[in-house]
Amino acid sequence: MREFRYAAATDPAAAVALLAGEPSGAFLGGGTNLVDLMKLGVATPDVLVDVRTLTSREVTDAADGGLRIGAGVPNADLAADRRVRERYPVLAQALLAAASGQLRNRATTAGNLLQRTRCGYFTDVTRPCNKRSPGSGCGALRGLHRNHAVLGQTLDGPGTCVATQPSDMAVAMVALDAVVQVLGPDGARSIPIGELHRLPGDDASRDTTLRHGELVTAVDLPPMDMPSRYRKVRDRASFAFALVSVAAALRVEDGVVADVRLALGGVAHKPWRAAVAEGALRGRPATEESFAAAADAELAAATPLPGNGYKVPLARNVVVRTLLELTGGLA
Amino acid sequence: MTTVDRVVGAGIDRIDGPAKVRGTAPYAYEHDPGEPIAHVALVQSTVNRGRITQLDPTRAEAMAGVLAVLTPANAPRLSGDLASDLPVLQSLDVHYQGQVVAVVVAETSEVAKAAVGEVSVEYAAEPPDVRLAVDRPDLYAPEKIMAGYETDSVIGDVDGALAAAAVTVDATYETPTQHNNPIEMHTSMARWDGDQLTMWDANQGPHNIVNDLVAGFALDGGHQVRIISPYVGGAFGSKAFTHPNQMVAAMAARVVGRTVVLELTRQQMFSLVGHRTPTIQRVRLGADPEGRLSAISHEVVEHTSRVNEFAEQTATPTRVLYAAPNRRTTHRLARLDVPPPTIMRAPGETPGMFALESAMDELAHELGIDPVELRIRNEPTEDPERHIPWSSRSLVQCLRTGAERFGWAGRDLRPGVRTDGRWLVGTGVAAATYPARRRKADCRISVAGTPAGPARYVVEIDGSDIGTGAWTALTQIAADALGVGMGDVELRIGDSRLPFAGGAGGSTGLASWGSAIVLTARELRRRLEDEYGGQVPPDGVTVDGGVPGPSPHAQERSMHSFGAHFVEVRVDADTGEVRVPRATSVYAAGTIVNAKTARSQFLGGFCMGLSMALHEESVQDEVHGHYANHDLAEYHVATNADIGEIDIAWLDEDDPYVNELGLKGIGEIGITGAAAAVANGYWHATCKRIRDLPITPDKYFR
Repeated sequence: MREFRYAAATDPAAAVALLAGEPSGAFLGGGTNLVDLMKLGVATPDVLVDVRTLTSREVTDAADGGLRIGAGVPNADLAADRRVRERYPVLAQALLAAASGQLRNRATTAGNLLQRTRCGYFTDVTRPCNKRSPGSGCGALRGLHRNHAVLGQTLDGPGTCVATQPSDMAVAMVALDAVVQVLGPDGARSIPIGELHRLPGDDASRDTTLRHGELVTAVDLPPMDMPSRYRKVRDRASFAFALVSVAAALRVEDGVVADVRLALGGVAHKPWRAAVAEGALRGRPATEESFAAAADAELAAATPLPGNGYKVPLARNVVVRTLLELTGGLA
Repeated sequence: MTTVDRVVGAGIDRIDGPAKVRGTAPYAYEHDPGEPIAHVALVQSTVNRGRITQLDPTRAEAMAGVLAVLTPANAPRLSGDLASDLPVLQSLDVHYQGQVVAVVVAETSEVAKAAVGEVSVEYAAEPPDVRLAVDRPDLYAPEKIMAGYETDSVIGDVDGALAAAAVTVDATYETPTQHNNPIEMHTSMARWDGDQLTMWDANQGPHNIVNDLVAGFALDGGHQVRIISPYVGGAFGSKAFTHPNQMVAAMAARVVGRTVVLELTRQQMFSLVGHRTPTIQRVRLGADPEGRLSAISHEVVEHTSRVNEFAEQTATPTRVLYAAPNRRTTHRLARLDVPPPTIMRAPGETPGMFALESAMDELAHELGIDPVELRIRNEPTEDPERHIPWSSRSLVQCLRTGAERFGWAGRDLRPGVRTDGRWLVGTGVAAATYPARRRKADCRISVAGTPAGPARYVVEIDGSDIGTGAWTALTQIAADALGVGMGDVELRIGDSRLPFAGGAGGSTGLASWGSAIVLTARELRRRLEDEYGGQVPPDGVTVDGGVPGPSPHAQERSMHSFGAHFVEVRVDADTGEVRVPRATSVYAAGTIVNAKTARSQFLGGFCMGLSMALHEESVQDEVHGHYANHDLAEYHVATNADIGEIDIAWLDEDDPYVNELGLKGIGEIGITGAAAAVANGYWHATCKRIRDLPITPDKYFR
């Protein structure tokens, strides 16, 4: 483990200013991911700017009927918030499907959004990885990729990357059309969460569209009046990352899909908003056939690898099942 | 002496429990050697086969806090007698990925780890050859397989019997590489006082470690090495034998002249302390329409490393489980560019029983016979290959009792026809078996009167408690054998200065150490009666005793424990997720010494078998040659949430042949057969037969 400096700031603006002057620095939230990566030599910040107590740990009611989640709200507190459980069950379920009680107590909202892929080639500094070491290649492409991406990967060139984004919470927030509030060296801005995470494109090293020094201060949830739920499929009953997950919300009127939100986890470098499926569903009968056709339409773009083709039928099944459950058509 | 109730058989709380819960039981890392400890970190090969062409430690050596960097160029010379991967830093040749190529010793663990990154190493490497296959031209028959068994056994005309059989099964099963993952990482703290080495070490038997250190450092004898291991945080075989970590710790301590500690990282445990070999097993069964077996053939292909020959005895349970006049078992090895394999809980029986007991399930289906009944119909009256009687065998009773407790009666034989909502529901059964052995063990018991109270008995033997409950069980055995209360017995184990004992392995611990204690106690009581009129003399008495080795009946009786597993398996029809909400396991393993810790052992064994069935697999990258999922985030073991209700029971079994206590050892039988029971239940639920473990959700979509 390399030596690094630790810096505390008095408020978010000071923290942003501190990090802006440290090109190899990083913000420290709960540390549940960053500290592990530092121990492995994957993250090598010169300085850690501690923001654990600088951003809000409160969930507050917003004027529009939504909620504002402080960046410092622990995952456990967010999952337990009565307003979240009642109005955004998809989010509470996603949070509780992730990690362990200890980690959820420690991990923050902002940190969860920004956690890095668990690809074993990324976390092992002796292996090629374009995300960790641009230009070194992608070990997973011809190696272990059973739990890697099937959508939106970069399959050749210097950006080659088939890693997945690991956050369950982020998938739920994408389905909820959350907005991420950011404070940067150039001031504050709002980022629709669907634009926060990115596909690897030609630069797998960048997980998000955040600029250096930008600090997530809050996440806003718009009002939500649709039933919603989160379904995570994993290798064991607890404490594993998603093979495939689905965040869904659905409103049916007179047997027809009036509105729908659908996001997939475990399938791409970012939470995958299933916009094609959503478009195919609106105005259609809320039936298993419609759900399956919509899932197929979304997954037609899939480019599975030799070792993860199962994710396509799995994702299809989970989409159909979750939507059926939301219609009450399946026990 | 006063009369006390027998405590063997009772469910006694662990006597070491309070110290462990309070954190006062010292594990290897936690001993205080009385001086500042230097820390050791390892530079490991990133290639599987080749030669080091350049190794430059100068930047690491220049770092503040670095005490030494050992390389093949400057490391102390070890004896050429060392085998396998123990000659650490003695050559520039690389035989497996993860091999230690340099060692950093520093004031702190942080500095040591940072310095590892500053040692530059270059290799002339060949591509890794790591893929096991049945059609490799270099497969060979080892001279012997593990535990002294013959490599092959051939009885009668298997091919003729298969050709003539009314019903046959011919299927190939695969089990993956697996890694021992005890909670406590392998840790060695070493100190030299002149030519005297002391090592606080996490192992399964201090005496097992001594000889390699004596040999490696060309010492005069075992008196120059003391291994201290009173508490060990779990071990399933990887801590049974010496690995490079003990050699490195001793070497580093000698070079820097003070106490050093080496604690392997979780990732390093995937290359330096062994693994369970992958297996490819072809099983063929032939039977008449009533299900009586005419032929059993079990052919095993597995791997070993370039530097050791580890021939896992995978087909040996097939030599004892069922009657059939025509029989064949074979073992073939491929030498691959892999780290040396080693033992992992029930080596041989664990992968072997998955194949055999899966095949029996397939045969039951072909015949339309209940799989419990099929097993009962093939119960052998004697050891079917050695043709000697059993010391005791209660498999049929285990099957019947288990079926009764589980509610097996009336089970629908058809697969894939039961649902509960979106769950596909099935049930599965498999047998369990493991050999009952006794090994040489010495013991010393001293008794001295105390001024105020009753006599105090000190029982000394180099046994090991690797989390099994041996501290407690041996104290129970000693108390009964001495006719005193447990509080009058002071047990001393886990120190190579104590009388010799083999390690905790092969389910031999209580059979060997307990027998040694019983015989020594018997001798002590005889002497007290004969020489001191039944009174403890003022100066006390010390008696040395023990057992010389295997049971005197081992050649005339076939000695095994048996059991049966019954499981309910649920598979999500949409996702392929698997749950095992309930299980019943019934065992017959002779005397049960401690009902509480025994239940834990049986439970743990079954859970590890379930974990093998559903989760555990070390995936070797065939391009880069490493184990790509080398941590507990990606090498999945069952979590609490994966374990449902487990009903554990055992039968009374009186075996006068196995050893003085009539016990058969219970550390391993629980895992054997468990994976097959789960796989059989999965098939019954889904109609899909998964013949390659683990049964992860992706395989549902084949």
